[in-house]
Amino acid sequence: MNAVLKQHLIDPEICIRCNTCEATCPVGAITHDANNYVVDAGTCNFCMDCVAPCPTGSIDNWFLVRAPYSLDEQFSWQELPPRAPEAAEPADALDDEATALLAEAHARAGGRARAPATASKPRINLFNRETPAKARVTGNFRITAADASSDVRHIILDFGAVAFPVLEGQSIGILPPGHDGQGRPHAMRLYSIASPRDGERPNTNNISLTVKRVREPRADGGIFAGIASNYLCDLPLGASVGVVGPFGATFLMPDDPDADIIMICTGTGAAPFRGFTERRRRIGTTSRGRLHLFFGARTPQELPYFGPLQKVPTSVLDQELVYSRRPGTPREYVQDRMRQRAADLAELVRRPTTHVFICGLRGLEEGVEQAMADIGRQYGIDWPALRAGMLEDGRYHAETY
Amino acid sequence: MPDGINVDYDGLIPNNVGLNEDLRVRKALETWHPGYIDWWHDMGPEGFQEALVYLRTAISVDPKGWAKFDYVKMPEYKWGILLAPAVEGRTIPFGKHKGEPAWQEVPGEYRAMMRRLLVIQGDTEPASVEQQRHLGATAPSLYDLRNLFQVNVEEGRHLWAMVYLLQKYFGTQGREEAEELLRRRSGHADTPRMLGAFNEATPDWLSFFMFTYFTDRDGKMQLEALAQSGFDPLSRTCRFMLTEEAHHMFVGETGVSRVVERTCEAMRAAGITDAGDIAAVRALGVIDLPTIQKKVNLHFSLTLDLFGNEISTNAANAFNAGIKGRYREDKLADDHALLDATYPVLRCVGGAIVEEQVPALSALNMRLRDDFVADAAGGVGRWNKVIEKAGIGFALALPHVAFNRAIGEFAAIKADPAGRILDAAEWAAGRAAFLPTVEDNLYITSLMKPVQASGEYAGWIAPPKAGIDNKPGNFEYVKIHE
Repeated sequence: MNAVLKQHLIDPEICIRCNTCEATCPVGAITHDANNYVVDAGTCNFCMDCVAPCPTGSIDNWFLVRAPYSLDEQFSWQELPPRAPEAAEPADALDDEATALLAEAHARAGGRARAPATASKPRINLFNRETPAKARVTGNFRITAADASSDVRHIILDFGAVAFPVLEGQSIGILPPGHDGQGRPHAMRLYSIASPRDGERPNTNNISLTVKRVREPRADGGIFAGIASNYLCDLPLGASVGVVGPFGATFLMPDDPDADIIMICTGTGAAPFRGFTERRRRIGTTSRGRLHLFFGARTPQELPYFGPLQKVPTSVLDQELVYSRRPGTPREYVQDRMRQRAADLAELVRRPTTHVFICGLRGLEEGVEQAMADIGRQYGIDWPALRAGMLEDGRYHAETY
Repeated sequence: MPDGINVDYDGLIPNNVGLNEDLRVRKALETWHPGYIDWWHDMGPEGFQEALVYLRTAISVDPKGWAKFDYVKMPEYKWGILLAPAVEGRTIPFGKHKGEPAWQEVPGEYRAMMRRLLVIQGDTEPASVEQQRHLGATAPSLYDLRNLFQVNVEEGRHLWAMVYLLQKYFGTQGREEAEELLRRRSGHADTPRMLGAFNEATPDWLSFFMFTYFTDRDGKMQLEALAQSGFDPLSRTCRFMLTEEAHHMFVGETGVSRVVERTCEAMRAAGITDAGDIAAVRALGVIDLPTIQKKVNLHFSLTLDLFGNEISTNAANAFNAGIKGRYREDKLADDHALLDATYPVLRCVGGAIVEEQVPALSALNMRLRDDFVADAAGGVGRWNKVIEKAGIGFALALPHVAFNRAIGEFAAIKADPAGRILDAAEWAAGRAAFLPTVEDNLYITSLMKPVQASGEYAGWIAPPKAGIDNKPGNFEYVKIHE
């Protein structure tokens, strides 16, 4: 197969020739003649600086092409050439490394992921491996009990004067310093953002992450220590971190304040849902929809954000915390609790404004699927068909690692 | 300390000008603020102060943080003071101070001239909000309603921008001018706004689109000229305002385009090919192309008057002083002093329209107007492509600059849209063919019925080709019933 290129193009039918993009472009990729504004494919570096200031949306076109359209071709256009329908889908990322990671995370949702209709438009790939944003660590504390076996940390990264706009549900990429055994730079790791779009506190320019330190016994008796997670968990306050992204254009919180959102997670999969919850809390009384959380961990001591969760009002969040290793009680998993709440879930998924989001370790979606199929049979819902419809509608999302 | 890029949203007034460290100006602005909010309640969009509107707010003046979209109640909109980042080592780009470091304070000898420019620019911003305050009641869709409100809140912010400069650099006089900006009212018999076009009513949505296309484009040209200023805070203010002004151009251009598109579509569907068959076209509930042409004639000619006299010593002085430059001065290749240059100006001599070479410094208003005409012609060409695509034999055109003028060389004569000079009788006979008549306006008004269901549009206007913030067609841009 020939290599396919992503080309940035401006829609001449929507563009009003206001010159904002040309004035904004830091690398001089945009020019114009008497007819059109055009982008030089050889110069455009996907920095996205031109996208937000464009008043029309004409700037935001990305075509997959085998050979880029020349400037002369673009000057002659009255409208964009036709394109293959799949090219019109939102891209989660523009670079191959992050695209592959997200494609893998979304692979088990049961079909092509779509963004909720009312999600805000995400900005993606504002910073890449060559030019990462520099963030400063302004918080790094353990959120699991001191005696719990798992070390999960809440890490706050402050962007200072650099604009790093994010939406709830998006991820960022971390590039651990150093090289692997073959002398290549370490691979990028993606982490879901755990804060809402306006920062840890309203109108702060920072994000938070929920990071579990990966230290597992290996078959040979040694210990496997995750490179990125240990790097992050060991960062001192004030340290500088290279951040790439943001990424993700489908696993996004719907802006519709009337939407009910079922959030199913285990462990650090809670990160995006913390963002969702904070967002709803901040917009306050304007939302009529509720959040419904099914959150599984081994014990309360290992459940990230166990303390803060106790303070979220039930008018915002209906929460089910489920433990699989609590001494003296039988093992329970999120899908078990979902079955207990079958009547409520059946009623919720029948509403056309309900969204389902799943985030956690790989395998979680299968358990959820079985539980929902059972609930469907009990309440006369053809769950596989409904799920397919919700997926098509941008109302069913799974991101698992 | 803000670094000039990110915006401090913690205080009452979001800003990137270090307001927290500037107690005098902060206090002055905080004193002015309640009056502004009162003005917004009294004179801002009527009937929608409690609605949740999907608006764009700048969270940084850096391109990446430029547009944050969210539902906001308009009176809670974050109106701030945002200046484009300073350019290190910037020098005065034109006039007799060319090459000297750009001023960070106003030189004493130019205070009066500068204050006058700021007050005139500042006065237009709240004026347009006042002119448009009743339009919400007849919006053809939630999409259009949202665009109207975005224009309104940004005009409000532009008022803030001018008031900041007045308060910061002009002391007591600046404070008094800032108060006066809230006191004048568009169209008021005793305390009108300063410029004629800003006292005209904006009675319907076609007028609104024409206003944003033509009259806001005058604003754009003025801002472009002030963005070149040797007074650096003014230059930086105007550069950021221009980014917002582009949205207003967009609303106007696409608004008219969608009206034209819908008319052509309805004509095609009904098998009407003669654009001049006004009765048949109006029977379809759309606005006939000849009436759209008359609206173009009206709004274009009213807007030309805003450029002032073709030959102007004030403009020459402002340029010479380094205060107001030409459109995209930085892209022009000449000596930027213009002491020996000439410029062709259309003049009215003995009842005829003739071109004369005049000293370029005196002809700066004319030059800016020429740049405006060229800029305005582009969109008209794109409207014509819509008509052409529909296979209808009709083309819209800008009228001659001598047509229907009240200020400048041609105020004394009557000319038709082609620039042919008419006597009083010919003008009276032709007027109904040149400018909208009472019947035309009544017909347009009869179409102005609100459409408030998500994704639906009034029958006289086509849906947009793309949503705001890439939203899908049925997005609820304004939540009216809360």
